Amino acid sequence: MTRTDDFSVAVANEPNGNGYLDFEKPLANLESQIAELRALQAAKGIDYSPEIRQLRSNLVKLTSKIYNNLSAWETVQVARHPRRPILTDYLSLMMKDFRELHGDRCFGDDRAIVTGFGRIGREKVLLVGHRKGRTTKEKVECNFGCAHPEGYRKALLKMKLAEKFRLPIVCLIDTPGAYPGLDAEERGQAQAIAVNLMEMSRLRVPVVCVVIGEGGSGGALGIGVGDRFAIMQFAYYSVISPEGCAAILWKDGAEAPKAAEALKLVSKDLLKRGVVDHIIPEPLGGAHRNPHEAVHNLETHLIKTIRELRRYKIENLIENRYRKLRSIGEFTIAEKTTSRTVRTAAAVETPVKPTARRKTTKA
Amino acid sequence: MSNNGSTSWDGYSLKKKREVPEGLWRRCPGCEDMIFTRTVEENLGVCPECRHHFRISARQRIKQLCDQDSFEEQMADYFPVDALNFTDSQAYKQRLRNLQKKTGLTDAVVMGKGFVKGRPLILAALDPNFMMGSMGSVVGEKITVAAELATELQLPLVIVSCSGGARMQEGALSLAQMAKTSAAVGRLHEAGGLFISVLADPTSGGVTASFAMLGDVILAEPGALICFAGPRTIWHTIKVELPAGFQKAEFLLEHGFIDMIVHRKELRSQIARIIDYCGK
Ligand SMILES: [Zn+2]
Repeated sequence: MTRTDDFSVAVANEPNGNGYLDFEKPLANLESQIAELRALQAAKGIDYSPEIRQLRSNLVKLTSKIYNNLSAWETVQVARHPRRPILTDYLSLMMKDFRELHGDRCFGDDRAIVTGFGRIGREKVLLVGHRKGRTTKEKVECNFGCAHPEGYRKALLKMKLAEKFRLPIVCLIDTPGAYPGLDAEERGQAQAIAVNLMEMSRLRVPVVCVVIGEGGSGGALGIGVGDRFAIMQFAYYSVISPEGCAAILWKDGAEAPKAAEALKLVSKDLLKRGVVDHIIPEPLGGAHRNPHEAVHNLETHLIKTIRELRRYKIENLIENRYRKLRSIGEFTIAEKTTSRTVRTAAAVETPVKPTARRKTTKA
Repeated sequence: MSNNGSTSWDGYSLKKKREVPEGLWRRCPGCEDMIFTRTVEENLGVCPECRHHFRISARQRIKQLCDQDSFEEQMADYFPVDALNFTDSQAYKQRLRNLQKKTGLTDAVVMGKGFVKGRPLILAALDPNFMMGSMGSVVGEKITVAAELATELQLPLVIVSCSGGARMQEGALSLAQMAKTSAAVGRLHEAGGLFISVLADPTSGGVTASFAMLGDVILAEPGALICFAGPRTIWHTIKVELPAGFQKAEFLLEHGFIDMIVHRKELRSQIARIIDYCGK
């Protein structure tokens, strides 16, 4: 049993810390008012509880108002929040008996990707995830969650191990992107990711992917091909970082907020286009406000999804996975509009015969 | 690491370019000579002096590779849509319209059936003149169908990549095309099909990190830039300037990521010979 409560980021509940994002200033004010009243109550022995209750209810309303109307750029800030639960938190709060497996048997052990056996609920799984680190030392050690080719190769090697012994695979994605450095290029970053995409599309075990924070382009996709692709409510998933996009298309990295908006990288936009097939709700005010609830929501989703996927015959699972990957994209054919934003749900609910062919694209 | 600021990567020169009147003459980035445009064209788009391989359009590529009039284009009526309503300095819709007018293409790829030295195959070529050959939904779909056709008809698949990567203007839909095309190539491999991937200058980002690196045999043109993160991306993110020759085809050959470097005039015969060896 490793379900401990000595959660390093339980500080997320600490009032009036400096962990507030710009758009959270009004929340900070309310929370400090509550803290003041409490202090006053304790000091003078006067009962301020009705006022405190009122303020608390205001706080809840304001939090939900702010978080229901986040801009794309604000969502990116939440996804990158220094107190947002990261892989190591999910490992300690959600996984039981986690046994890390190291190394790609070829070059090294990339600390930006963690792989290992463990249990979620009663389900034995192989877990693959990006590791970002909380302290500066940890962050440097795992390269801020930016994996090198050996990380992707390690991930694939362990996934093959899971395939051999029929363990479902859970991939938790949280990376700004694959590392864009000289050594990574030299060792074949592109090739490593490409091979993962191809192999993951054919793994003969259920693969469940969830973006828990940042879903940075190819670096995210490199461990993000599976039967189900979900995203946490305030995580993002994008073809390029908003900063990178702004630098190229707006010739100015400072235009990142505009780029974030244009890229439609937030969960509900992704669901609309069939890029993700499920949104995992986050607690009021984001996962960093109540990590336990966030962990619980993810755990519930994973257990439910793994149980559901176990029911499929392996051939059907793989056929459905292919259809799902294949169905994403929007285009028109000559005059006849055949835009195919495909709801994957319809395609996956009904198991298909292995011999089934895909539908022709013409409507 | 060379850090003298004068390093020049093809197409990404850091130096200010001297103005050259476009048209009759063009300056060769390889030898800096002025060459008669028609001489280059007659030489398959290769500089006769220094063998620099210029970028060529998808149609030129197909014309060079296929037996005369043997190419039957498929899916020529697939058009991109502006799914995200994307606007930067220009609306994506407008950008598409302008390029469609300018290039005569609907999007950045041409795909179909053809013959190379009498051998039937499925051929797709990306076009550098259409948003730098970037992959959005149309490119993804056509490459996927190309792999599926090759599987179904038991024909070899040849894809000539020339691309800046995934297309930003289609957001995560473009990202998804990487998984989609790789999965389709996976099925081709599973069925025992042959995929020859040809990498032209430049092949980068989401295209390199998907189908382009998944060939049974990977060929590259001399001097082609082949990478995941391009020189500009590396510069923007970690502020490191690349040593000369870094990420060039020759560099990749040395590091074991491609099978051979093939001069454009040899490409037809190499492809034909590989098809023969693989018994396809
Ligand atoms: Zn020259």
